[in-house]
Amino acid sequence: MSILVDRDTRVICQGITGKVGEFHTRGCLDYGTRMVGGVTPGKGGETVAGLPVFNTVAEARDATGANATMIFVPPAFAADAILEAVGAGIELVVAITEGIPVIDMARVLPVVRDSGSRLIGPNCPGVITPAECKIGIMPGYIHAPGHVGVMSRSGTLTYEAVWQLTQLGRGQSSCVGLGGDPLVGSSFIDILALFEADPDTHAILMMGEIGGSAEEEAADYVRRHVTKPVAAFIAGRTAPPGKRMGHAGAIISGGKGTAAAKLTALADAGIEIAESPADMGAALVRAIERRASARGR
Amino acid sequence: MKIHEYQAKDLLRAAGVPVLAGRVARTADEAAAAFTALGTPLCAVKAQIHAGGRGKGQVKGSGQRGVELARSADDARRIAAALLGGTLVTIQTGPAGQLVRQVFVESGCAIQRELYCAVLVDRRVGSPVLIASTAGGVNIEEVAERTPDLILSEPFDPDRGLAGWQARLLASKLDLPTASWRHAESFFRRLCSAFVDLDASLLEINPLVLTGEGTLVALDAKMTFDDNALFRHKEIASLRDEAEEEPAEIRAATAGLSYVKLDGTIGCLVNGAGLAMSTMDLVKLHGGEPANFLDVGGGADVGQVTEAFRIILSDPNVKAILVNIFGGIMRCTTIATALVEASKTVGFTVPLVVRLEGTEVAEGKRILAESGTTIITADGLTDAAKKVVAAARSAV
Repeated sequence: MSILVDRDTRVICQGITGKVGEFHTRGCLDYGTRMVGGVTPGKGGETVAGLPVFNTVAEARDATGANATMIFVPPAFAADAILEAVGAGIELVVAITEGIPVIDMARVLPVVRDSGSRLIGPNCPGVITPAECKIGIMPGYIHAPGHVGVMSRSGTLTYEAVWQLTQLGRGQSSCVGLGGDPLVGSSFIDILALFEADPDTHAILMMGEIGGSAEEEAADYVRRHVTKPVAAFIAGRTAPPGKRMGHAGAIISGGKGTAAAKLTALADAGIEIAESPADMGAALVRAIERRASARGR
Repeated sequence: MKIHEYQAKDLLRAAGVPVLAGRVARTADEAAAAFTALGTPLCAVKAQIHAGGRGKGQVKGSGQRGVELARSADDARRIAAALLGGTLVTIQTGPAGQLVRQVFVESGCAIQRELYCAVLVDRRVGSPVLIASTAGGVNIEEVAERTPDLILSEPFDPDRGLAGWQARLLASKLDLPTASWRHAESFFRRLCSAFVDLDASLLEINPLVLTGEGTLVALDAKMTFDDNALFRHKEIASLRDEAEEEPAEIRAATAGLSYVKLDGTIGCLVNGAGLAMSTMDLVKLHGGEPANFLDVGGGADVGQVTEAFRIILSDPNVKAILVNIFGGIMRCTTIATALVEASKTVGFTVPLVVRLEGTEVAEGKRILAESGTTIITADGLTDAAKKVVAAARSAV
């Protein structure tokens, strides 16, 4: 078991004929993902990485039975690409593209909400279930199959955390990059619910960052609904207010969204805190052991 | 991207949102001429800088306020002379303050009440919202903290805009006289449309004024834009005032790097925004102070890494540099080669600590070891932080 994707997930790539889309399609194929095709308007009939290219997502879905898509379409057209995937009834839409205007996402989100599709991202590394299916740009080899669910607003920070877990012998059930933008399709809460319901996930590691209140909402959700051990790291304790730290969503505005407020909320919910980015894997192990010793008493 | 108040007012006027007549001035004489041309008995002379809190802010040395009322052309000339070329320190500029290069001379109006309103994207709701409060002219963050009930919020669909009934609901809750409701409806709806049409990320009117005639007018206007949408707003991109921005940040943006200058002594060069923030935190955790945030991105080449080093080294406070790379798509060998190349062309004047992990790490470390450079290699994050903090200390 896992969440969102497994060895049976059939994946297409929107933007497959672009340099980046093709590169990562090959990366996913190498990892063992069941890539079944790609979409680029006007390039239907071509072949990329041995996969058929279609003009529309609907045609690709009908021909290949795809139930997931990975989007590398440039920012100006990416919102439309997401809507096309949702319109074609693709169950899982993973938007990698960075730089989509916020107002475009404000138009997309209500449509996704009223559909049967789930959106991950945009501006995210993607989703992986180790040894089964990789949809995205993360380096596959750092992962190992196991029972830790990982979710994060950042890319390389997730790699760092996953690598620490793998080194500690803690494999992952699934890893989900939520994305660094202010408006994203899935929040910590959405993924927490999936991890909590997944029998193969035994513990959860989350990486948050400054900006917004998604971590505070996650803390509240963990307190009410999550029975599994949870550990967390928050990036940006030293970030100055009012400055955007790389990610469009990473900004402390009007005194809101500070690391301190998030850390307090998470700790109050009984979540194990990693004080240092070097300590993320160890914090997850502490969370598991603390739970085990509490049970033992 | 930020713009000046006078630019925001031009945009609002074009969008049909009521603002007062005003003129921008770059010399004291221009300010006096602006007063005369406006032909009103009273004008406000307002310093134009990319920071708020100007009314309470003071010019270094003279104590001149950032905003002052003028009752004659000579008055306007005197105030402008005291502001222009001065360094204005406000609650938002920090102690260094910001140089005043232009002033906005704006006609006055009879103020009945001061209110607050703003349009922004509410992440929790996932849509733009119009927020409003009866507590105008004051720091809205404090209002939100102390009396959140005083803040009203109406989410709206970007394409449908704010509904008439939502505007009336706000007018009612703000206790505006019913005779002003039609005016308020038009004001709020146009404000929301302008926010969407211009791809703003914040549109703040503080204070929003109910005039003696019962109309609403935007007395101040703060506007920032979604950088990701500037590609479809060339006219807004052209309003950028680079003089108001940190030169190193402009240079970084040109090179496709994400850089934010800080006050510490340890320069940081990292791939990925989350890891870059974490690296700053790590430096602090081990007793150092980060000099910057710098994300070289996922596909940085030799040119970008070289430029990144030049930008970091342009900060005279930097005593040591920490490079922290988790090679994913970017191979450690690529970054190692770039580091060696950059160290040859840039010529490092401070110690350089490098921590590599990820794809092709062993080969990357070998390239560094055999390069003949003075690069200090580190094993793991903690080791890297300790080494760079020690290096910065011994360099002082």
